[in-house]
Amino acid sequence: MDQLLDQFFNLSIMQQVFPLLVKGLWMTLKVCAIVIPVGAFAGLVVALCATSQSRLARILTVPYVDLFRAVPPLVLLIFIHSGLPFAGISLSPFQSVTLAFLLNNSAFYGEIYRAGLESIGAGQREAARSTGLTALQTNIYVVIPQAVRNVLPDLLSNTIEVVKLTSLASVVALPELLYSADMARSITFNASPLVLAAAFYLVLLWPVVRLLSRLERRVAA
Amino acid sequence: MLLIHADARRGLPAARPLLLAQVDTALTPDTPILDVRGLTKRFGSTEVLKGIDLKVRPQELVFVIGPSGSGKSTFLRCCNRLEEPTDGSIRVAGVELLAHKVDINAMRRRIGMVFQSFNLYPHMTARGNVMLALRKVLKMPKEQARAEADAALDRVGLADRAGHHPSALSGGQQQRVAIARALALKPELMLFDEPTSALDPELVGSVLGGMRDLKADGMTMLVVSHEMRFAQEAADRVVFMDGGVIVEEGPPSAIFGAPKHERTRAFLSRVLN
Repeated sequence: MDQLLDQFFNLSIMQQVFPLLVKGLWMTLKVCAIVIPVGAFAGLVVALCATSQSRLARILTVPYVDLFRAVPPLVLLIFIHSGLPFAGISLSPFQSVTLAFLLNNSAFYGEIYRAGLESIGAGQREAARSTGLTALQTNIYVVIPQAVRNVLPDLLSNTIEVVKLTSLASVVALPELLYSADMARSITFNASPLVLAAAFYLVLLWPVVRLLSRLERRVAA
Repeated sequence: MLLIHADARRGLPAARPLLLAQVDTALTPDTPILDVRGLTKRFGSTEVLKGIDLKVRPQELVFVIGPSGSGKSTFLRCCNRLEEPTDGSIRVAGVELLAHKVDINAMRRRIGMVFQSFNLYPHMTARGNVMLALRKVLKMPKEQARAEADAALDRVGLADRAGHHPSALSGGQQQRVAIARALALKPELMLFDEPTSALDPELVGSVLGGMRDLKADGMTMLVVSHEMRFAQEAADRVVFMDGGVIVEEGPPSAIFGAPKHERTRAFLSRVLN
């Protein structure tokens, strides 16, 4: 029992590595602050293309969405970070991570928005267009607000996945939360930093998870 | 022709003659609000409209009846180009809707439309539904749009429901909000696509009452509907469509009292009994 406490819940070690992990958390938040809003917006654009009147736009979005949904994000990340330099494109770990996750993420958000857009009947568009609104105005004021509301639980759920996904960035030595914790572990020969990192993720995501279950219950009702 | 030559010399594209033709229709009080000529519509290889000609004069209420699949709804939806016609001409207040350069959004705000399934925006209140186009199409300031929206809702007897969402309104009330939404833009023509077909029988009266008031106020209306009693009482003219053509038209007394064509008689005996 003592050994367990010492190896996993060693408070003095946690105290020592706390500043390092806070720095890691900060980096995780920085990645999220770019990848989530930009990815969500790009996903919306992808979904609008996928459901647009233009055949060309529809045809072009299919391979994009399929590719980035099928390729594991870890593979994509390693390819961007370690493969692209052979083509003369060298990206910093931070750039590689944001690019890889944006590509992956916009495809996933895109599919969610698409389901939302398709849940809105043609009558809504027709009513809006019949009053003289342009196609863009119809999307902005009539279709998208309803579509987003219909898939809000899925959007949030995907957002939680994205936050957890950022831990993959440790493989390209981006000092985010998990990388910092693992570094602390190897310095201290003790697993407590990992437990602390898990606690950080929990504190960060638990409110979102709560909100999500409440939303899901409301939608089900 | 001289003008065209002048344009050609200046290197302007040859799309000009159409525009000139558009302008030469002088607007007189007798100009039909809606003037449809030779309208055809094909979906793939099926010809749904096979050459429709119809004029609707100012303040007229024209009723379109016919069996389902006769093309009457498609015809109505062509009149604001929700459905893209295959060929023909549609002039609204003298402006050719099918001209290449027509600003269809500007024309649509002059043509109100009311749908069978209401199509209110569920995420907005009744007032919000009416205000949206006032704000975004007519670019009205918020306060003015709000006042106009409330006035339009008042006209359909729903001033006290302005703050309600569609889900809190009955079908009849929803359809009257939809009428207010179209009406607020002060259209010159209103299209009704089976406005009472989705309503419980006891709610039909309130919507027809609203349409009767519009007629009394001098609105020009083209109505596709199965409300034969309303047609007999309120319509100036009844048009019977079948198989993508207008079979016959005339005052309600003639169409309902002494239909000339066998197809009209057969249809009327089916729906009136």
